[in-house]
Amino acid sequence: MNKREKEAYLREYGVLKSQGKPFFPYAIAKDSVMAIMVMVVIITMSIVLGAELGPKADPTSTTYTPRPEWYFFFLFELLRVIKPPALVPLATIGVPTICLILLFLLPFYDRGAERRPERRPIATAAGIFTICAIGYLTYLGAAAGPPTEIDIPVPANVRSQGSAAVANFKSGEQVVAQSGCAACHKFGENGNAGPGPSLTRVGARLPAQAIQRTLINPTAPMPSFATLSEQSPKQFEQMVGFLAALK
Amino acid sequence: MAKLKTPTLPSNPLTSPKRPGKAYGPSTPLEHGAEAGITAVDWIDERTSLSGGLRWMMFRKVPKGTNWFYTLGSATMFAFLSQAVTGVFLAMYYDPSATRAYESIQHINNDVFLGEFVHGMHKWGSSVMVILIFLHMGRTFFFGAYKYPRELNWVIGVALLVMTMTMSFSGYLLPFDQRSYWATIVGVNINGTGPLVGPYLSEFLRAGPYFGATTLSRFYAIHMLLVPGAIAALMGFHLYLVAKLGTTAPPWVRAKSPDALREQKVSDL
Ligand code: HEC
Ligand code: HEM
Repeated sequence: MNKREKEAYLREYGVLKSQGKPFFPYAIAKDSVMAIMVMVVIITMSIVLGAELGPKADPTSTTYTPRPEWYFFFLFELLRVIKPPALVPLATIGVPTICLILLFLLPFYDRGAERRPERRPIATAAGIFTICAIGYLTYLGAAAGPPTEIDIPVPANVRSQGSAAVANFKSGEQVVAQSGCAACHKFGENGNAGPGPSLTRVGARLPAQAIQRTLINPTAPMPSFATLSEQSPKQFEQMVGFLAALK
Repeated sequence: MAKLKTPTLPSNPLTSPKRPGKAYGPSTPLEHGAEAGITAVDWIDERTSLSGGLRWMMFRKVPKGTNWFYTLGSATMFAFLSQAVTGVFLAMYYDPSATRAYESIQHINNDVFLGEFVHGMHKWGSSVMVILIFLHMGRTFFFGAYKYPRELNWVIGVALLVMTMTMSFSGYLLPFDQRSYWATIVGVNINGTGPLVGPYLSEFLRAGPYFGATTLSRFYAIHMLLVPGAIAALMGFHLYLVAKLGTTAPPWVRAKSPDALREQKVSDL
């Protein structure tokens, strides 16, 4: 906006304002109706939905699903959409940071005098696109669900080692399923295809040692399972054995 | 040295003139009551001069065409106030220690009078506030309300948005159940992947390289002291600017040309 446009806006606004009504009681009345509706909604949600607690936090337990509050789903989904590991930092902080900076600076790069949405097609389209993108990512996050089931056929080389090896494989599979790994990894048909790499064939890629190191000292955003290895080494071993057998 | 005489005081500077329309002062009990109220308000106003500011805030005009979309900002503020009040009651029973936090929330839910109700209001109120703040931001965006002269108010608004999200993030850990614990670990790890400040930020949030006992009290302090204080302060500044600059008219409302106005004025006579 140049000086003339600013002047014109202020003049026009002055006239509109002088033709308006006083804030009290006209705007206050609407605000109060809205405040009552907000209160009613919150109270109804509290009564209907309650405030249940899950089981107590337990750093050694392996039955968790790392799920944030629903309005963070879109950030978490961004991790899934952008897969190559080199780009993960970009997805986690890069894109949100850039979006935030763009949001902060909006009034400084969109300086046109026009205010009607239908005459600002770029701004309006960008706004609608952003809303759709966030809505879609939130929907994806909500639909992904907390996966706690893994169903992988026992590999031939495990079967050939006898029933003890198969039992070990099965219990390892269960530990992994309960640990919520499938929230970020794909195991055959189960699990989500990101943000972590597919683990259907980790055993072919990594030796047991390397898998163990990853679990104890992972790269973010994967959580560390060091406490599990200290407090229930048997389960931890089964988990590593299961992953190493996936070839 | 010769001194000038101080002028005499006016005979009775303290009695105020009678209020207009009441020749003989209050007579009925109701009028006496009203008089008492007026006296009390006058007493405060004489010492604070608040009435000017109040009048400035309440009797400013809102432009023609102001509609229901303009209530979203105050609705957000109202949701925040609800969070503040219910939060104070939760803080009376909550214990921010890793060993006791979960039990204290269980105690709130099971034993405290209306405990689960207030806890539920706080929990769901956060979702309501986040929805309202996004709707309000959408309204100001599509109405072009961030343009001259309200740029600064938009910037403050984005800061409020970030802080509101920080509130949800830090509050999510406090019940200390499995879901909140592991989600927060992942969230803090995600922060840690950020460029430059990322690792420092996640180390600050965790209060050390690992998730430990002090992490919870750190989140508690952030959630109930640091960020709410900052939100309240910025909200005050946001509202000051709203009153100072006036709220926008909807972008499709046009003022009549001065000529038309003059004609209207003349015909109104
Ligand atoms: C919050 C999401 C998340 C969860 C939960 C998670 N991971 Fe990961 N994991 C990742 C990401 C992201 C990577 C990639 C890190 C990298 O590129 O270094 C990864 C990498 C790995 C790797 C190395 C794979 C490779 O090819 O380098 C293994 C093995 C692994 N995870 C196993 C597990 C197991 C087992 C669990 C459950 C006990 C688990 N992960 C839970 C996100 C997660
Ligand atoms: C805690 C959160 C917030 C509160 C309590 C709040 C409150 C308010 C109120 C009461 C108004 C008056 C007009 C109206 O209600 O629409 C307003 C105006 C405004 N707000 Fe907010 N707001 C918040 C967050 C935001 C955010 C996130 C943005 C945008 C990024 C924003 C940008 C604006 C702008 C630009 C105006 C001027 C609108 C106009 O004059 O028409 N606010 N705010």
